Amino acid sequence: MAERTVTIASTHGLHARPASIFTQAAAKAGVPVQLTKGDKSVNAASILGVISLGIDHNDDVVLSVEGDDADAVLDELAALLTTDHDAA
Amino acid sequence: MTFQGVGIGRGMAMGTVLQMPAPLPEPQDAPSTLSVDAEKERAAVALAATAAGIRARGERAGGSAKDVLEAQAFMAEDPTLSDDVKARIGTGKTAERAVFEAFASFRDLLVSMSGYMGERATDLDDVSQRVVAQLQGVEAPGVPDPDHQFVLVARDLAPADTALLNLDKVLGLITSDGGPTSHTAILAREKSIVAAVGVAGALEIANGTTVIVDASTGTITVDPNEDERFAAKMAIQERASLANAPAGPGRLADDTEIPLLANLGSAGGAEEAVELGAEGVGLFRTEFLFLDSAQAPTVEEQQSQYSSLFAAFPGKKVVVRALDAGADKPLSFLNDAPEENPALGLRGLRALRANEQILRDQLTAIRNAEAENTADVWVMAPMVSTLEETRYFTSIAREIGLKTAGVMIEVPSSALLADRILVDADFASIGTNDLTQYTLAADRLLGSVASFQDPWHPAVLRLVGEVGKAGAALGKPVGICGEAAADPLLAVVLVGLGATSLSMSPAALADVRAELRLYTIEQAQHFAELALKANSAMEARAAVSASASS
Repeated sequence: MAERTVTIASTHGLHARPASIFTQAAAKAGVPVQLTKGDKSVNAASILGVISLGIDHNDDVVLSVEGDDADAVLDELAALLTTDHDAA
Repeated sequence: MTFQGVGIGRGMAMGTVLQMPAPLPEPQDAPSTLSVDAEKERAAVALAATAAGIRARGERAGGSAKDVLEAQAFMAEDPTLSDDVKARIGTGKTAERAVFEAFASFRDLLVSMSGYMGERATDLDDVSQRVVAQLQGVEAPGVPDPDHQFVLVARDLAPADTALLNLDKVLGLITSDGGPTSHTAILAREKSIVAAVGVAGALEIANGTTVIVDASTGTITVDPNEDERFAAKMAIQERASLANAPAGPGRLADDTEIPLLANLGSAGGAEEAVELGAEGVGLFRTEFLFLDSAQAPTVEEQQSQYSSLFAAFPGKKVVVRALDAGADKPLSFLNDAPEENPALGLRGLRALRANEQILRDQLTAIRNAEAENTADVWVMAPMVSTLEETRYFTSIAREIGLKTAGVMIEVPSSALLADRILVDADFASIGTNDLTQYTLAADRLLGSVASFQDPWHPAVLRLVGEVGKAGAALGKPVGICGEAAADPLLAVVLVGLGATSLSMSPAALADVRAELRLYTIEQAQHFAELALKANSAMEARAAVSASASS
C-alpha cells in the first residue's frame, strides 16, 4: 500500500465542486483509495464520505492506495488536491 | 363543475391535471421477514434503479437542472452510503428502513455543516424518498415531471418542490391549502404562473381531467364545455398579445409617474428585466457575491460584478443593498455565534457594523463601478432600526463618495421614526416581507405562523403610510421592494399610502403596470383609506377588491 500526505489547495476546502471532481477521479482509478484526515478515514470515491471529513483549505490529508499502479494513481489524485479549483 | 379559491395575479390557463403524489410515510422500524442477503439485494437494486432514473430525468431536463440531478444520482450511488445501508440491514432492519436511516444520518451531518453543503441536505431527502418509493413499488413523491404540459394540483408546495418545478411544463398551479401569502402564491407571483390557492376540493380532481384556471376570479372550471374552452382560449391569447405589447413606464390613469423597477439577485437577470420594461433596479441583492465563500470577496472582484450590472442600465437608477446577512442567510465570516432568535439578532447593518471593513470594501467597490458607468447608483443599508444607525451608514457612504445613501425600512421602529430618519437619509425603501414579519411577530420561514405573513394587514399598511407621509413632507423618495409590490391591487394601495416607486421580480412588472393604469392617485388614496380602516388583512383585501370592481 502506498501513502502520501498532501495539503489542500482549494481556497474553500474540499466542498461541492472540488469534492465532486476528486471523488469521480478516485472512482475511475479502479483500485481502492482511502482518504484520511486526522483519525478518520473514508472511501475516496464517496462524495458523502469525503464531504463528511469537513476538509478546509490548507488541511493536511493522507491518500492511501492499494494495487499495482498505486504510485500513478497517487500522482493523479494528489495533483487534483493540490490544485486550487476555486481559482477563477 | 367549478371550484373556488383565491386567484394569484390576473392570468388564465387551460390544461390537464396532474396531482402531486403525497410524501411517503416514514418506513416502520419493524424487523425484516426476509434474509439479510435478500434485503441487501433489494436495497442495491433500488439504489441503482433510482440513480438511473434520476440521471435520465437530468438528460431530459438539460441545463443547470442536469447538474443538480447528476449530483443526486451520485448520492444514490455513493459507496459510503451503500456500506451504511448494508450495515443497518445486517442488524435486522428492512431495506426501506435502512435506506431511510442512512440518508437521514448523512442529512443531519450535512445540516450541521454550514453553507453550501447544508443546502444539499434537501437533495438527500428527495433521493431518500425516491429510493424508498422504488422499494415499495409506489410512485415517487415530489413534483411530477412528465414530458407534456400540465396543471399541477397539490396540497401546498414546499420551497424544495418549487425549486425542481419545470416552469416550461407547468401551465398553472392549484393548491387546496395555503392562502394568498403561501410559498406557492409567492412563487406564482414571482414567476408569473397562473395560480389559484386555497381551492377546497381540488385534491379530488382526477389526473388527466381538463381544467380552466381563472386567476382573476379564483375559479377552477372542471371539464369545461366547448363554449367555455373557446372563451378561455381567446382570453389566453388576448393576454399573451398584451404581454408582448411594448412596455411603457409605470404610471397611473392620471399620468402620475410611478417608476417600475426590478429586484435582482445577480447581474445575470439584467437583460430579462430590461426586456420586461424595468425602468431600473430597485433592489440589487448582493448576497450572491458572498455566499459559499469562507471570506469576503475583494474590492476588485466585487467591482467587476457591480460594473456588469450597472452597464445594463445606462442612465437609469440602480439601488444596491449592502450585504444583508444573518437570520435566514448566515455567513460564517460575519457572524457564526449561534443565536436563539436569528431574525432578532446580529443581522443586516448590525452585522456589517461589527465588521466595518467588509462594509467599507463593498461601498468602495460600488463607487469604483459607478465611475466606470453612467447608471445612477444609490446605496442602502439593510435592517436599519434606529436613527443613529441611519447616520452611521449614510456618513460612511458619503465619506466614500457615494452621492445617494438611504435605508431599508423593515423594522417598525424605523417606520415610526421615518420623519426623522428621512431628514438624514436620501431615500427609504420598504421591505414589506420583513416589515410584516416584525410587525406581526411571526417568523416568515415558519409554516405554522404563515397566516400572519400578510402585507395587507392594516398594521403593516399603517406603518407604510407613516413612511409615505414622511417622504412626502420631506420631499424624499419612498420605494417598495418587497413581495407586496408584486400583488397588483396591493401595489395600487401602496401608491395610495405614498410609495413613489415599486420594485419587484421582473415577471410581475406587466400585471402591476396594467393595474396602475386603471386608477388615479385619488382612487389609490381612497383604496388606502379603505384598507387602513379594515380590521384584518382579509377584510382589507376584500374591501379594496369590492371597491375596485364596483
